[in-house]
Amino acid sequence: MQREPIKQELTEAPKQDTAWTVATRSLARLHGIGPVVGLVLLCVAGTLLNPDFATFDNAMNVLTRTAFIGIIAVGMCFVIISGGIDLSVGSMAALIAGCVILLMNRLGLAGLSPVAAVIFGMAFALMLGALFGLAHGLLITRGRIEPFIVTLGTLGIFRAYLTYFAEGGAITLDNVLSDVYSPVYYGSLIAIPIPVFVFAVVSVTGGLILNRTAYGRYVQAIGSNEQVARYAAVDVDRIKVITYMLLGTCVGVATLLYVPRLGSASPSTGLLWELEAIAAVIVGGTALKGGHGSITGTVIGAILLSVISNILNLTNIISVYLNAAVQGFVIIVVAFLQRKRK
Amino acid sequence: MSVAVEFHEIVKFFGPVRVLHGVSFALEPGHVYGLLGENGAGKSTLMKILAGYEALSGGELRINGRAVHFSGSRAAEAEGIVLIHQEFNLADDLTIAQNIFLGHEKRRGLLLDDDTMRNEAAVVLEQVGLKAHPDTPVRNLIVAEKQLVEIAKALARKARLLIMDEPTATLTPGETERLFKLIAQLNASGVTIVYISHKLDEVERITSEVIVMRDGRFVAREFTRNVTRHQMANLMVGRELSDLFPSKKTAAGESEQEPLLRVQKLTVPGWAHDVSFEVRSGEIFGFAGLVGAGRTELFEGLLGLREHHAERIELSGRAVRFRNPREAADQGLTYLSEDRKGKGLHVAFGLRENLTLMALKRYARPWLNPKGEQQALRTAVKTFGIRTGSLDIRASSLSGGNQQKLALAKVLHPDPRVVVLDEPTRGVDVGAKRDIYFLIQKIANEGRGVIVISSELIELIGLCDRVAVMRAGRLQATLDAEHLSEEALIAHATGTHQTGTH
Repeated sequence: MQREPIKQELTEAPKQDTAWTVATRSLARLHGIGPVVGLVLLCVAGTLLNPDFATFDNAMNVLTRTAFIGIIAVGMCFVIISGGIDLSVGSMAALIAGCVILLMNRLGLAGLSPVAAVIFGMAFALMLGALFGLAHGLLITRGRIEPFIVTLGTLGIFRAYLTYFAEGGAITLDNVLSDVYSPVYYGSLIAIPIPVFVFAVVSVTGGLILNRTAYGRYVQAIGSNEQVARYAAVDVDRIKVITYMLLGTCVGVATLLYVPRLGSASPSTGLLWELEAIAAVIVGGTALKGGHGSITGTVIGAILLSVISNILNLTNIISVYLNAAVQGFVIIVVAFLQRKRK
Repeated sequence: MSVAVEFHEIVKFFGPVRVLHGVSFALEPGHVYGLLGENGAGKSTLMKILAGYEALSGGELRINGRAVHFSGSRAAEAEGIVLIHQEFNLADDLTIAQNIFLGHEKRRGLLLDDDTMRNEAAVVLEQVGLKAHPDTPVRNLIVAEKQLVEIAKALARKARLLIMDEPTATLTPGETERLFKLIAQLNASGVTIVYISHKLDEVERITSEVIVMRDGRFVAREFTRNVTRHQMANLMVGRELSDLFPSKKTAAGESEQEPLLRVQKLTVPGWAHDVSFEVRSGEIFGFAGLVGAGRTELFEGLLGLREHHAERIELSGRAVRFRNPREAADQGLTYLSEDRKGKGLHVAFGLRENLTLMALKRYARPWLNPKGEQQALRTAVKTFGIRTGSLDIRASSLSGGNQQKLALAKVLHPDPRVVVLDEPTRGVDVGAKRDIYFLIQKIANEGRGVIVISSELIELIGLCDRVAVMRAGRLQATLDAEHLSEEALIAHATGTHQTGTH
């Protein structure tokens, strides 16, 4: 049967943009650069307070520390835009770190070459992250449990298993393996530390996936209104599961960069990372109830939070012990400034 | 105490957009007024100003000759003015009595005086004729009962002027009758009623005077007995409404064709039982029935949104079974929900994202192609006559009629062979209705099968080639064009038909 596309009919053509739509759009853009303005102001303040702040080394230092939270925040951004949340990422990172170290040590003892053991361990980190994400996704979609509850549960489970494996102490990577592994954290590529490099790659990829793929559009559609998405033939459950797996993989990436830093995992590994990752997403302008958000904002949010703690380290105005408090205030202030938007 | 209202040169801006351009007219106490106008004519905004939900930007609102500035709906309620919204303002988890006194709770010292509230609630429930205990949770009520609770709530607040916005949109004919009796009763006791409705037959029946608004201006007021429905419609759209429906094509010879969609004994547990029908290419096939007859649920089952089973479902001659709307869309069946904001459109999204969502794979290789999407939007805006100032706005900025056209464009974007349109003209003004009827005709002329579920009988009769009537989950009859009449449809839908199917 031959069907033709619907024939065009005469109606008035869309008019040129009115001054109003132009004004609202530039206002929206202005809102988007809020975090950038904040970051610039912070950097100016940092430079004035301590000349060491505005050095390349310090910048790379800040970015390296940002990398772990930043990579997780990129994944978290997807989950939050889809209308979900994952509270377990800090515990997940700790458990993955512990398991990876145990596996590497075991493989090393079994006679595998240190390089091979490390590579297997890194692959294992990614696999575990994706697997934990899959479990979250299935419990949330098939099991129909609130994401908040599922990940609150696994937050406890993951950290308890790490503590159990570590018998309350620390799991430490074998020295030989540690030497092989350490360039992943301490090494550089054209003067840029590897973690910063990976952070950049993850961010750019995340931005492309969110804004330029059908999957990214579906994530936003589900967060904006899940029913509408379901009726519009979007496979809501599958998209959600993929989103949690994506976040799990991001946690895996962050962990495999983090392990060579200290070469050990303990019950305090990754503590409060979920708070920092969620904060980075929110400070970056993503709505906690989902629907829309930005990877660029999230990256800037993550950097902004670690610049704050860096400035506290370099100056004596506020005690370093109050770092988390300052971050907490920032989150609340940002949320306050953004509340009018909905 | 009676309420005389005078609007004097009322102006209202939303941002830079002027929605009311100096509206002036007066409402005398004790009448039933019909307030008419297309969507976007400003009637709801004007009534929200009267009921204290919106502040006016200019002009004067006078109550009993005195200029007033309501700080909120409570201030308006104090003057006896209450607006009943189209979407009710009831807290589902509270009881009827708790809802009626919400924000006006009776107290005894620090504690709530539940006994008094329960007794007073019982009195107003009696007045509106709702036989339910005041302690019943509102969640357990059906829509018509919730509406009665809203009216009871207004009575408990000593309303002297009651504004009703599309009160019969979700009521069955029987419930509508009861509401009309109640309106007459309230009016007899001196309550002024402002009745906003698109249903001109109702306006003709229950109002004593009609006031027509268009494009944010007052257009006319007439005694209802002096104007015909046709004249009302013409006043609303501002032009001769010569023909609301496209002329039907002759259906000769088409019945020999193989059906596009053949459904045999489809059952959706609790909603629809053993429903069988066939839709042919180029046909507009209607589904009539009362609210709750199971029509929407039948098609949600067919789409895989509800548990269902069927003897056989064929699309273009191939046996199919859909587990979700994705599979249905892939095979060439799409569905436009009756619930535009809840299931139809992402109102917070742009027009482009809404249009392409169901056929997004077409634009992903693998990166999305925004230019292609924008081109598709430009084409759809022209084809479907979507009136919008800019292409880069949110769907929520469109008027109801234009949102519906966008939703129609969206479900047709995957190029389906059969499309199901559930209440395609709900909450849409007369002008947009006509546009949509002609679009539906055009879609059918392209060789698609079109299923139209509607509660408006005139619409089904004017538009459809055949109409199936459902009652309590069963298909009662399928009427062809020769046998289509309001009487026949009502008889089958209510079960008062004697002779069986045609």
